[in-house]
Amino acid sequence: MEQCIARPATATAPLPARPPMLEVRGLDKHFILHMQGGVRIPVFEGAGFEVRAGECLTLAGPSGAGKSTLLRCLYGNYLVQRGSIRVRHRGEPVELVGAPARRVLDVRRATLGHVSQFLRVIPRVASIDLVMEPLLARGVAADEARARAEALLARLNIPPALWALAPATFSGGEQQRVNIARGFIAEYPVMLLDEPTASLDADNRSIVIQLIQDALARGAAIVGIFHDEEVRAAVGQRSYAVGHTEAAA
Amino acid sequence: MHEAGYNFAYLDEQTKRAIRRGLLKAVAIPGHQVPFASREMPLPYGWGTGGIQLTAALLGREDVLKVIDQGADDTTNAVSIRRFFARTAGVATTTRVVEATLIQTRHRIPEAPLAEGQIVVFQVPIPEPLRWMEASERETRRMHALKEYGLMHVSLYEDVARHGRIAKTYDYPVMVAGRYLMSPSPIPKFDNPKLDRSPALQLFGAGRERRLYAVPPYTEVNSLDFDDHPFTVERWSQPCALCGATDSYLDEIITDDAGTRMLVCSDTDHCGARRAERPAEECTP
Amino acid sequence: MSDDEVLLRVRGLTHRYGARTACAQVDFDLHPGEVLGIVGESGAGKSTLLHCLATRLQPSAGTVEYRCADGRLREVFALSEAERRLLLRTEWGLVHQNPRDGLRMEVSAGGNVGERLMAVGERHYGRIRTQAAHWLAQVEIGAERLDHLPATFSGGMQQRVQIARNLVSRPRLLFMDEPTGGLDVSVQARLLDLLRGLVAQLGLSAIVVTHDLGVVRLLAQRLLVMRGGRVVEQGLTDQVLDDPQHPYTQLLVSSILRV
Repeated sequence: MEQCIARPATATAPLPARPPMLEVRGLDKHFILHMQGGVRIPVFEGAGFEVRAGECLTLAGPSGAGKSTLLRCLYGNYLVQRGSIRVRHRGEPVELVGAPARRVLDVRRATLGHVSQFLRVIPRVASIDLVMEPLLARGVAADEARARAEALLARLNIPPALWALAPATFSGGEQQRVNIARGFIAEYPVMLLDEPTASLDADNRSIVIQLIQDALARGAAIVGIFHDEEVRAAVGQRSYAVGHTEAAA
Repeated sequence: MHEAGYNFAYLDEQTKRAIRRGLLKAVAIPGHQVPFASREMPLPYGWGTGGIQLTAALLGREDVLKVIDQGADDTTNAVSIRRFFARTAGVATTTRVVEATLIQTRHRIPEAPLAEGQIVVFQVPIPEPLRWMEASERETRRMHALKEYGLMHVSLYEDVARHGRIAKTYDYPVMVAGRYLMSPSPIPKFDNPKLDRSPALQLFGAGRERRLYAVPPYTEVNSLDFDDHPFTVERWSQPCALCGATDSYLDEIITDDAGTRMLVCSDTDHCGARRAERPAEECTP
Repeated sequence: MSDDEVLLRVRGLTHRYGARTACAQVDFDLHPGEVLGIVGESGAGKSTLLHCLATRLQPSAGTVEYRCADGRLREVFALSEAERRLLLRTEWGLVHQNPRDGLRMEVSAGGNVGERLMAVGERHYGRIRTQAAHWLAQVEIGAERLDHLPATFSGGMQQRVQIARNLVSRPRLLFMDEPTGGLDVSVQARLLDLLRGLVAQLGLSAIVVTHDLGVVRLLAQRLLVMRGGRVVEQGLTDQVLDDPQHPYTQLLVSSILRV
């Protein structure tokens, strides 16, 4: 089921002119818990949609419907049982389902970003280094990576005194903003956002909205989960309802 | 004439042939350690049993034997080995390098130049130069086979790190013909240059370890070192107190109970010959 | 992504100790810059596998091909012993769980680190020393410890000397057998941070055997899960740990306390 939500017209080029950045077809996901007698937990079946450059698709559905699971499947963090996930990577559609780990890593490095709900803290690594890392992995020079990381952390109101510290002791909001900086710094063409504004105050929320709008303006394709009505209204163009009873849209 | 009851030069001919076969192999692979069936000799290990077996296998009736120990012909060890062969082989003996056809030695190479046709037999306690760094014989043999000698430089590195220079003064490791790492036996490093391209055949025997090896005449022998810590030999600020030599290896000897010291040639025959050539009045006591 | 970039190609690797099969039918490729983790409980065959890969054990069956620095893919067990030993001292590194197995305890830290340089013919003491100091600094050991014996070092420091001793030859492939095993937890963490930094900075390819999922989570992009000598699951590290498929992997992951 796919519904269109009206959104104030922004400066986006006519959509059909652009090839889809992300094409999802017939995706099935269930978990089998071998530790619990092999119980099968279905999550979704036949999930499918397309997202084009400059477009933001929001995932809809009640808590527990599998929205985060779907994002993780798109990122290759969870395996799907069936279906196809094609990402436009270096100008070519690349199939991620069944792809070797190395290809998934290459797609993640250059094309596909994921901002998780919580910062998965890498112990003892300074915030600035966490944020720089995606750029360094692409071969960006350390000086440039550092400058961009500092600018982004500053924009997200992380005080410079915290940059050299590992985020383990930060507040939830600070951790989440470090996480967002890490997710946005590399300007991925395709971004998966899992409640990026949860645990942020109004000021920071609007900064993140601006970041998302900037990303769309530069042509990023975004799939996001946004519980916050304000965010959804500001960035969401279409929504897709997730659930195991849903048929492909 | 040699004493009845023993074969010529003590060892039986079978054993001598086996040793000579080993020596031929050793000559063919300069610096390579060849195992041999070392026999019990009528003196304890550490007294030159390896050298004695080589000498026994090589001696002919026409040979003239010189035996030195730390440069001297008259120490107990040298005297007893010389007497051993005089009795069991009846060969002529000498203290003069030029007269000798076979010189068995412990801890020195004579100062007088050696000549073609001469054989020097070295007594060797530990033939494996890598032993101190690598205890496993299996591994050291593999290192020799594959010419993996970096470890020997690690030991030299440790020396320089600890003492500011390569502190090894005797049994200083050498490369033979650019191929095999070899222990020159516990000669002072002063003698190492004499090994290089020597006209004499140099043979090494280790009795307890049952190994023999060889440096054929005119073989290149290089002492290991670092580019920035090159190999050097000992120098003394004074000449020999007895013969005035400035180019020989000197021993420090204590001459009285008051601890008076003097430096004299370790090679007693060399020193004596030099003194004999000079007018008596020029000699110090 | 093409095949010719493969650094190490392993096919059907099997090792038996008599009638007992320690590892069976292991297949994987390793590409330049990748870190592969091999996890499983004790006796799963992961150390045997590592020792077969590092040519310390002759496998009963299977092939291990390595792309040498000259670009040729060569079966490592078809190399001569001399070539293999040279590989182990130059292009490869092997970090043992117990630093005593990988260090010369009677040789100074500097001598330990300098050994590989001397093994390939470096004969300038000053340069060897400079290099040794550099690589000890890389593992956070100060120049004042250059001449100290490893026996005077803590376990964590010994392990770092062992790592420096391997890195000095700028290896293209590092084998690590439980590199943080046997160390105190805080020391483990520091070593892990250090390894993580070095692997990224030097672009190392590595194979890390460990029973510690925290180690692979931080170090490895890819994971092999072994049980009873067989690979039961393999994939992206985060995928295998976050969405394990095989019952054994689920057991392994569920037995780790979530922090």
